[in-house]
Amino acid sequence: MTGALIRREVRRGLHGAAWLPVAFFLLVATIVPFAVGPDARLLGQIGGGALWIAALTAALLPVERLVEPDRADGVLDQLALTGTAEEAVGGAKIVGHWLTFGPLLLIAAVPGSFLVGLDGPALVRSLVSLAIGTPALSALAVAVAALTAGLPRAGALAGLLMMPLAVPLIIFGAAATGDGESSALKLEAAVALLTIAGAPFVAGAAIRAARS
Amino acid sequence: MTPLLKGDGLALVRGGRLLFESLDLELGHGDALHVTGRNGSGKSSLIRLVAGLLRPTAGRIERAGAALADEGLALDRELPLRQALAFWKGSRLIDAMTAFHLDDLADVPVRLLSTGQAKRARLARAMAADAPLWLLDEPLNGLDRDGAGRLDAAIARHREAGGAVVAASHLPLSGNWLTLELGQ
Repeated sequence: MTGALIRREVRRGLHGAAWLPVAFFLLVATIVPFAVGPDARLLGQIGGGALWIAALTAALLPVERLVEPDRADGVLDQLALTGTAEEAVGGAKIVGHWLTFGPLLLIAAVPGSFLVGLDGPALVRSLVSLAIGTPALSALAVAVAALTAGLPRAGALAGLLMMPLAVPLIIFGAAATGDGESSALKLEAAVALLTIAGAPFVAGAAIRAARS
Repeated sequence: MTPLLKGDGLALVRGGRLLFESLDLELGHGDALHVTGRNGSGKSSLIRLVAGLLRPTAGRIERAGAALADEGLALDRELPLRQALAFWKGSRLIDAMTAFHLDDLADVPVRLLSTGQAKRARLARAMAADAPLWLLDEPLNGLDRDGAGRLDAAIARHREAGGAVVAASHLPLSGNWLTLELGQ
């Protein structure tokens, strides 16, 4: 069932507005030079952080469509009756969501990096740190989507919940784009791994709790 | 033979209200239970409890594999009906679509189905799962006379084949049913 669920997530992601978070990401990256001025040295210093803020806000956009429609339509209940564990549902949703979010965001990160003044080795570092970070952002998005499914004003609540949870990832992810020498990339990878490993269990418990 | 559904001393509290207590259930092969009661008496909650989607406040419940048809459509709106049903990998999908007269609608997107057609699609999804225990929540809502007849026939065949059914409905069901009235 999990394979079918991943395929379904990808199909629905692409059928919906998979380009929307990416367009949003590029938009935020475009605004940065307008906001801080065109000074290349300053931009180069804050570019990594700006790119990560753009990625985080883009990751928030699809949160409302990740779990709530399936809860409301009874899909999660039917999955339980087929004997699929809620954790497996959460894991499949994370994989499926990343497939429609991560690769597109990484492609957009190339022009995005130029917009915030990152090129050469800094461009490579930003791509590597986003490649490691986007699976964790997807995992967070699914966990937060499951936690807020069925609540009033879930979209705003999801933002409030997700931003603080993403802080460790942002710290090490943004640091890894700025500096190739430090161990920020390894710490980012450790945080990402922890998030990815924990998120299916959080999502699973939230899906079960939402039933009662 | 082991029963398909066995509940001992079941109680359920929802939203601070006791819906039922000391409820014993036992359904064997070929049995069917009609759960009746006023609105809000806990019919749907009992179905969800038996499905394993709610935990009993007290008591124990054991059941065989079950299929649920409730108000959740659980079919992707943008897909043609056959494809949407096929997601659930029911082993008797072809039989079920024929039994509920859905063959002509196989290529129609789910979002275009009428209320009654969507109701038949839910019932077909449950039947296709080939589970020994059917859990039906208000199965007659939205069905026309032909649809209701098809449901009766499907239930009769399922019981003949050794299956069991629990149906919550405020409408009378045709055939020979055990009844349980909640909220007295």
